[in-house]
Amino acid sequence: MRLQIKNIRIVDPSQKKDSVGDIFAENGRIVSKLSSSADKVIDGKNKIAVPGLIDVHSHLREPGQEGKETIKTGTRAAAKGGITSVLCMPNTKPAIDNAPTVEFILLKAQKEGIVNVFPVGCVTKSSAGEELSEIGVLKKAGIVAVSDDGSPVSNSQIMRRALEYTKMFKLPVISHSEDKELSKSGVMNESKNSMILGLRGIPKQAEEVMVARDIMLAELTGGYLHIAHVSTAGSVELVRQAKKKGIKVTAETCPHYFTLTDDVVRVYDANTKMNPPLREIKDVEAVKVGLADGTIDCIATDHAPHTAEEKNKEFDLAPFGIIGFETLLSLVLNELVDKKVLSLSGAIEKMTHNPALIFNLEGRGTLKEGAIADITIIDPKYSYEFTKESILSKSKNSPFIGRKFQGGAAITIVNGKIVYTAIRD
Amino acid sequence: MSLNRKDLLGLEHLDKKDLQTVLDSVKPFKSLFTRSVKKAPTLIGKTVVTLFYEPSTRTRTSFEIAAKRLSADVVNIAVNASSVVKGESLIDTGKTLEAMKADYIIIRHSLAGAPDILARNLNASIINAGDGFHEHPTQGLLDLYTMYEKKKKIEGLKVLLVGDILHSRVAKSNIWALTKMGAQVAVAGPPTLMPSKIEELGVKVYYNLDEAIKEADVVNILRIQLERQQENLFPSVHEYVELYQLTKDRLAKAKPNVLIMHPGPMNRGIEISSEVADSPNAVINEQVTNGIAVRMAVLYLLKPNKARKYASSN
Ligand SMILES: [Zn+2]
Ligand SMILES: [Zn+2]
Repeated sequence: MRLQIKNIRIVDPSQKKDSVGDIFAENGRIVSKLSSSADKVIDGKNKIAVPGLIDVHSHLREPGQEGKETIKTGTRAAAKGGITSVLCMPNTKPAIDNAPTVEFILLKAQKEGIVNVFPVGCVTKSSAGEELSEIGVLKKAGIVAVSDDGSPVSNSQIMRRALEYTKMFKLPVISHSEDKELSKSGVMNESKNSMILGLRGIPKQAEEVMVARDIMLAELTGGYLHIAHVSTAGSVELVRQAKKKGIKVTAETCPHYFTLTDDVVRVYDANTKMNPPLREIKDVEAVKVGLADGTIDCIATDHAPHTAEEKNKEFDLAPFGIIGFETLLSLVLNELVDKKVLSLSGAIEKMTHNPALIFNLEGRGTLKEGAIADITIIDPKYSYEFTKESILSKSKNSPFIGRKFQGGAAITIVNGKIVYTAIRD
Repeated sequence: MSLNRKDLLGLEHLDKKDLQTVLDSVKPFKSLFTRSVKKAPTLIGKTVVTLFYEPSTRTRTSFEIAAKRLSADVVNIAVNASSVVKGESLIDTGKTLEAMKADYIIIRHSLAGAPDILARNLNASIINAGDGFHEHPTQGLLDLYTMYEKKKKIEGLKVLLVGDILHSRVAKSNIWALTKMGAQVAVAGPPTLMPSKIEELGVKVYYNLDEAIKEADVVNILRIQLERQQENLFPSVHEYVELYQLTKDRLAKAKPNVLIMHPGPMNRGIEISSEVADSPNAVINEQVTNGIAVRMAVLYLLKPNKARKYASSN
């Protein structure tokens, strides 16, 4: 397959490039020119080509919870959102704490998936927080990081060991930062809103004390720490200070944390229930500042599908989590680029080059010659309303349903093959 | 007169005019109590369902009497709390009741927001009879009415709420109603039983009851849940009694005509001493009587099957 994208604005932060030109791909790689004429020519007029987006935090639910999502449906939703690679968290059933489960996911992804799937392994067996999983074996099977996401590694000694042990594999330890005692039975941010609603609150400090602890342990061990889903001003500041001290820490946030406050919980709609919970305006602003000054390296979705039956209940009884693949790019464009929090290149960097560097995804996150031809073509003029009917994910749990957006993915290319083309009327 | 709404989910959503409408509507219903025929035909042919996921004989009975005095047909449904998690969904239960042509559903639930979820999904009028730590609007209204009846005004009244504010839906409904009507509200209790940001509702916070009680025209004592001690929210019942029981000695520091209220059921000898509960200042039994009249007024003022329009202002 020889592909030519003609006359397109190319934004590639890995090369600090923002200029109009052509992109060529042959045999799944970016090339400077094709060996013979193209099989497919894409007109790039009024469009933008960027390296394929990498989502470093998602839940594909397979194996074990196929009613919520599968690798097949999840990767289609990702492709629609312009995402070409996803890291999937290990809280599946069984958990990704053994090589056969890693192999199953990779095989399924190869057979039924349409974007690249990179499994994350458990830090501890069954994510129970008690014994380290066989991280070396998992690495060999294909994991790119470890995490007990969904839960923290509560035992500080085990977290210390994990940060030490993973150094030999250069595997980041992803921290779901939550002090379970402080967050106990909480269902939303502790604030004026939780007080009025009579819902139990999760204080910001439940996140921040764990961020602080893990940073200290990263300093102690010299291990690679990646803080997942940063949601508070305090966490941003802790990461900022840690980076200044030269501690090996990176961080991600999610679109909902730079877009929404806990005001939207006011009608007890469980589509606004996530962990960490939506915070307050000063946190939203601090997350934006953290993105702008480089404290926060990545923008990930924490795509967490749950069925309508699970979500359409009393707020306390509904599970935490929202889907995110299909709104990631539009939220970044509208909330960060249009509002001048980040330049287009700066925003794309956090979904391409930075994730590839942090998780050692060789040949991805860039449009350099020789790189794997994962390409996202953005249509900045595309305006649409995000409707339930348009969702490709198996679950529809999004607080953004009904929101109007401008800008989204037009074409998604994975390994040199077109896997998604937007149908627009 | 009407509230021009189908549901009563919380007093947060009523404005001063709505609250005055309720106050003005209670008296005629109350005067009915002294007649030999205590019934009005207002809700003839209407069906009122009490759907209680949490037992409360008092509140349920009060609603039942109110509905019957308005000539409605009343059905009581008690749902076993343990079956909630795995059982039929709340929405399905509500839809079943609506299919049986319930016009009013009065719901008591241990989880905040359960009435909101029903209101959003049904055409029947939903009345919140207490949900989690959120609100208990009819209790708030009956407290408001009792103060209005005894003190002849609300504006400028100094009302003190004492005890477990954190877990009290009654406190929340009281605060909304009273502050909107121009009363000055203060709360007193240990910091561990005080919700953070409570002062943002315009109330003054005291940890010392002796200090707080001096100014008050009304003291509303909340029931203390003894299991809160297990959660380490206070060290012992003994210590709570020492610090926060309304005793005769403490009452002596208050204004002589201070009104003592309690939403019941009382823990005599814990949050309130028997002497105080039985003192002439206490209007606890009148609150119960007023509860029926207020609930009649609410049933009368709501509009079931009004086009469903769900917003946070509902
Ligand atoms: Zn997490
Ligand atoms: Zn997650």
